Amino acid sequence: MKREYNITIFSENHIGLLNRITIVFTRRKINIDSLIVSESAIEGVYKFIVVVTTTEDTVKKVVAQIEKLIDVIRAFYHTNEEMVFQEIALYKVPTEALYDSDQVEQIVRRAGARILEITREYTMIEKTGYKEETKALFEELNQFKVMQFTRSGRVALTRDPIERLSEFLRERDAFLESMD
Amino acid sequence: MAKVKVTGSEAVILSLLEEGVDTIFGYPGGAIMPVYDALYDYDKKITHILTRHEQGAAHAAEGYARVTGRAGVCIATSGPGATNLITGIADAMIDSVPMVCITGQVSSPLLGTDAFQESDVVGISMPVTKWNYQITSPDEIPGVIAQAFYIAQTGRPGPVLIDITKDAQFGELEFEYKKCTKVRSYIPEIPVDPFQVKAAAELIDEAKKPLLLFGHGVIIANAEDELKAFVEKTGIPAAWTLLGLSALPSDHPLNVGMLGMHGNYGPNIKTNEADLIIAVGMRFDDRVTGKVSTYAKKARIIHIEIDPAEINKIIKTTVPVIGDAKKALKMLTQNVKANSHTEWVNEFRQADQVEYEKVIEKDLHPEKPGLTMGEVVRMVSEATGHDAILVTDVGQQQMIASRYFKFKRSKSNVTSGGLGTMGYALPASIGAQIAAPDRTVVAMIGDGGFQMTIQELGTIAQNKLPIKIVLLNNNFLGMVRQWQQLFFEKRYSFTELQNPDFIMIGKGFGIPGQKVDQRENLQAAIREMAEYPGPYLLEVVVEKEDNVFPMVPAGASVSEIMLEP
Repeated sequence: MKREYNITIFSENHIGLLNRITIVFTRRKINIDSLIVSESAIEGVYKFIVVVTTTEDTVKKVVAQIEKLIDVIRAFYHTNEEMVFQEIALYKVPTEALYDSDQVEQIVRRAGARILEITREYTMIEKTGYKEETKALFEELNQFKVMQFTRSGRVALTRDPIERLSEFLRERDAFLESMD
Repeated sequence: MAKVKVTGSEAVILSLLEEGVDTIFGYPGGAIMPVYDALYDYDKKITHILTRHEQGAAHAAEGYARVTGRAGVCIATSGPGATNLITGIADAMIDSVPMVCITGQVSSPLLGTDAFQESDVVGISMPVTKWNYQITSPDEIPGVIAQAFYIAQTGRPGPVLIDITKDAQFGELEFEYKKCTKVRSYIPEIPVDPFQVKAAAELIDEAKKPLLLFGHGVIIANAEDELKAFVEKTGIPAAWTLLGLSALPSDHPLNVGMLGMHGNYGPNIKTNEADLIIAVGMRFDDRVTGKVSTYAKKARIIHIEIDPAEINKIIKTTVPVIGDAKKALKMLTQNVKANSHTEWVNEFRQADQVEYEKVIEKDLHPEKPGLTMGEVVRMVSEATGHDAILVTDVGQQQMIASRYFKFKRSKSNVTSGGLGTMGYALPASIGAQIAAPDRTVVAMIGDGGFQMTIQELGTIAQNKLPIKIVLLNNNFLGMVRQWQQLFFEKRYSFTELQNPDFIMIGKGFGIPGQKVDQRENLQAAIREMAEYPGPYLLEVVVEKEDNVFPMVPAGASVSEIMLEP
């Protein structure tokens, strides 16, 4: 059965690695629904979160093939239930709409969104949440003609109480030492 | 080692020497000229083989690696030089061949500007290399080359590519070389888990009809003795994949032959009768498994494999043993009970008898006037004492040669397995002969594949390499024609060739030879070739429309193997 999987990849920060990782998906003709890359809590170690829709059998094989890439330190996959995740969306609406009524303000309050910037021309609104939520807010705001909209890829953390990577890195350092 | 100030290009050569490289295969050009200039001063320490095309350099490096077990090194210029390497690199990737490719690149300020002979070879080679890297600063050279050799040769080996911009070659650095022994994000092999070994040993001791399948991993791990010890202690019949060939001597009583599409009858049908499959250093390629959903359904599966990503990739494993095949087999042999499976092995021998009557006899002792590939192969094997290095191309001759050539020693079979690269054999035989100058190297090639890399005759002649080239000429792209006959209603769409006078071409390159089309002349011609002290081209005109059997049709189960059309 196909469903959403969140693949977390820890890697070195090397040029071209993103390309190597996406090749693993492209080869199997798997579309990437969402992708974010940023430095992890450990300096020099980068964290990718890739969201794909596929079967568990395929995601297992993909993760194994990603993990064997030389510059990848570790890769995991989780279902949505095993993770807490969020996306951030930004909306630009005409400031005029705020003068005409308090509707925009009401929508922003109800949605738990916030206003980042107000100029004569536009008001920038930020909302964090699930994709369905940021999408719903877009629909609501669009009655006032959203001028521009952008949404981030998914950031996600597992429900595990510990960060496995630091533990894993310690084990790996010890293992690499023992190889000498 | 004291630091010395050198240019980047000299650092390349010094680094190669530090890695024990004695031979490189290559082709010069603009963006790699500084390295070639540095090489000029080191011609006593490092042999450079000038191939006639960069693809030839890549395959020659593969041939060298397959025979020595060490990384083959090839070198090319930017742009077309680099892209011409790609087929060889892809071939090495899928067959786990250690290779270090060095390409020149336009100067770093020109990167990304569509400069003359610029191609993004790092991008292009990414899907077909184990690792690659672009050097833009001279002081990166020793460290990156050290890492390249480490990655290429450890774990599951593979090709790496280093792209060096021309300004990095011209620049200077304080040279100091340290071999690479670890990379944080890379674990070449996991130590074999004794619990996995114990679990595997239990399955082995319980099995009534066990079958061992061995592949390239056994040869890469130098685990031939351990394999032999294991099968001899357990009495388990052992069958080989195309790349496992030669790991166990052909005449070993427990060697039951080749797996897969054109493999032997016994190991294919018995796969689906076995109650235990022990796969060692092989990856269940589709040419081995046939239809996966009906493959080895009665068997539990033990998979001994260094690459964890191969476990459960194709076939669900009962007990994986992850790690080096040599160590795993040694531990496994200690943990299993001595056993024999005489009746079960006899079943393979009965299957051999069936195959002999239906296929082998006709191949080796034909009654029709036309020569068969099988009789030529067997005669060449005999004339070289069953101890030559066999380099095969791709297609019918590859399958026939793998079936009928005999081996006493490991690392003696060099062929393009996973990628199926036509044109592989001639250049690969160059690398094989240089790697083993004292052994007879036979390059077995069809008339199609020969014309894909025929220019390497020039390399063979220039370097006086005594390669015995056996050209099996059926005037067809034989394997494709066979499929057209069997599965496309004999619609021979663009498979017939109008061939040149190959012997005259050989002569043009300074390589003597002769053409044989009569059975009574074959033996003498083969003897003449075998005894000739230099390179020799023997063209044998074989039956135009012979087929390779047995055959597991694409998409069929291994037990549906056909002995005749």
